[in-house]
Amino acid sequence: MSTTTSTDLPVAELPARAGLFWSTGFPIIPVAIIGVILFMAIFADVLAPHNPEVGSLAARFRPPFWQTGGTTKYLLGTDQLGRDVLSRLIFGARVSIVVGFTAVIFAGVVGTTLGIVAGYLGGWVDQVIMRITDAWLALPALTFAIFLAAIVGPSEMNIVIILGLVYWTRYARIVRGEVLSLKEREFVRLAVVAGCSKWSIMRRHILPNVANSAVVLASLMLGVVIVAEASLSFLGVGVPPPKPAWGLMLSDGKQGLMVGYWWLTVLPGCCIMLMVLSANLLGDWLRVKLDPQLRQL
Amino acid sequence: MSNSILNSASSEPWRQTIPALHRPLLELRNLSTQYVSARGTRVIRAVDDVSLSINTGETLGIVGESGSGKSTLALTILRVLPKAARIVAGQMLLDGEDLVRKPEAEMRHVRGKRIAMILQDPMASLNPLFTIGDQIAEPIRVHEGARRGAAWRRAIELVKKVRIPSADTRVGQYPHEMSGGMRQRIVGAIAMSCEPRLLIADEPTTSLDLTIQAQYLALLRDIQREHGLALIFITHNLGIVAKMCNQLAVMYAGRVVESGPVSRIFNAPAHPYTKALLNSIPRMGDNRQRLTAIDGQPPDLSRLPRGCAFAPRCPSVFDYCRVEAPPATDLGHGQTARCWLTTPSTAGAAACAGSVS
Repeated sequence: MSTTTSTDLPVAELPARAGLFWSTGFPIIPVAIIGVILFMAIFADVLAPHNPEVGSLAARFRPPFWQTGGTTKYLLGTDQLGRDVLSRLIFGARVSIVVGFTAVIFAGVVGTTLGIVAGYLGGWVDQVIMRITDAWLALPALTFAIFLAAIVGPSEMNIVIILGLVYWTRYARIVRGEVLSLKEREFVRLAVVAGCSKWSIMRRHILPNVANSAVVLASLMLGVVIVAEASLSFLGVGVPPPKPAWGLMLSDGKQGLMVGYWWLTVLPGCCIMLMVLSANLLGDWLRVKLDPQLRQL
Repeated sequence: MSNSILNSASSEPWRQTIPALHRPLLELRNLSTQYVSARGTRVIRAVDDVSLSINTGETLGIVGESGSGKSTLALTILRVLPKAARIVAGQMLLDGEDLVRKPEAEMRHVRGKRIAMILQDPMASLNPLFTIGDQIAEPIRVHEGARRGAAWRRAIELVKKVRIPSADTRVGQYPHEMSGGMRQRIVGAIAMSCEPRLLIADEPTTSLDLTIQAQYLALLRDIQREHGLALIFITHNLGIVAKMCNQLAVMYAGRVVESGPVSRIFNAPAHPYTKALLNSIPRMGDNRQRLTAIDGQPPDLSRLPRGCAFAPRCPSVFDYCRVEAPPATDLGHGQTARCWLTTPSTAGAAACAGSVS
């Protein structure tokens, strides 16, 4: 790497701080995919060639442009109501991203808070919170989500809250475990003997130290939550039609699969797969990068 | 022996007038702390009937083996005991105010503000995520409600005071950018940040190398002199005690077996345990092939023998030691010991023991 001339003394290169992101193993492809999906979500109004919710019945079941019968007017074909698949995919990205991120953040805030409180205060508070967590984890996540969705009715907002309520337990468990070891650390004990209150210790000394793990878990949970949202939409208790959501598109297109309208299911399926795969790869990389045991201070 | 009777008798009126004229900064009276197991079946007397006092400007050394209750005593004074432990008896008078009965909310303003503590491990005592300036400023902001900027300027002053060069840039750095000695000084600066009256240092130099240790001790002494601070120094290094302290308390199995001025205890130790401890220190010009060790094991605090806890290991033990625990006996000049050999009422027994040895 060194471009110094031979007269210079060899100087050991310290890993620069920017090296965190451009070091070996940086997941360029997953980040690029997530970047493209984010871009589509943000600029959906500009990018989409057609209105995703209104189709023309005269142009139903058009195949993608490279197949016979396809036109460049509908690049990826149309569905059973003549709506442009490409536009629906682009707007669907917005739903996935918005629901995925907000649900992950909501679950993260609830779970991390409860995990810190349980771990730090201990005693009966810990017992109550962790027994609730155990009971919660015993319920099958998706069934529970369907149950909740059936009660409160489908809407984007409700989906976020439901997914948050279903998945906070994972944060609570992991964060609590970390807090248990953190609170025995000398700097926390020093804060105690320096007269800090319990709440300020949790906020100033515990929270920043568990933030890493929470972020890593969030990136891994993103994939789970997006699949869950797609599943709920597929089952008809998620994002209500005609709003385009990838899961809903899968569900709408499934009858067409047998008669050769493959683009109605394969394309949204690929979008879900790419998004989840990228989120997981990014999460794995973050986990290794931010792991205090592997990290060099 | 009659001499000691005279001393203790003549010192009685003197002791009575003392509290009125000159009140110690911190006075522990018959303090006991116990750990109780979850089912309440085992009780560990970690601190048992401890009476000590310390004046402003004094340094009290507390020595003893691991598990003798030194650290629990420190945690008791600050009332930051683990859940299983509680103070079961006694008083802790700080400026005449009993800390045992103080509500927890008020106790928080004692910790860090009036009594500060330095913990053992400088590597782990600092939060790796904050700059050292932030961490020194934290108690100032908590206890004095100082603004960020003002607290930061105080932090720089404190870093200068603990003799770290280029304080202005150092306050903006993180703990991992400093050496162990520097980190320990930062911990000292945090302890001094609210100008406490009493500083408790729990083996503050065990993890430092010897040169750094000497520098750090010199620094502590200077700070103490400058601020008229009372210092409680917990250690198992009698060399440090000789250098740093003017008062000494020797703990064994949760009890203070001997206490008094360092010079008196070093020259005329009264308790066999203290004698054994002093004998086990290697000295310059020492020709012994093996160092003297104290035979036997430290006692199990949950199964203490009846009588004196040191009896099983004591070289001058006699029958009565196993029957009843000795009370604290005043030996004059502020020296007390818990040993039947020093108790006037067992002078005969002592003479008997003397003939044995």
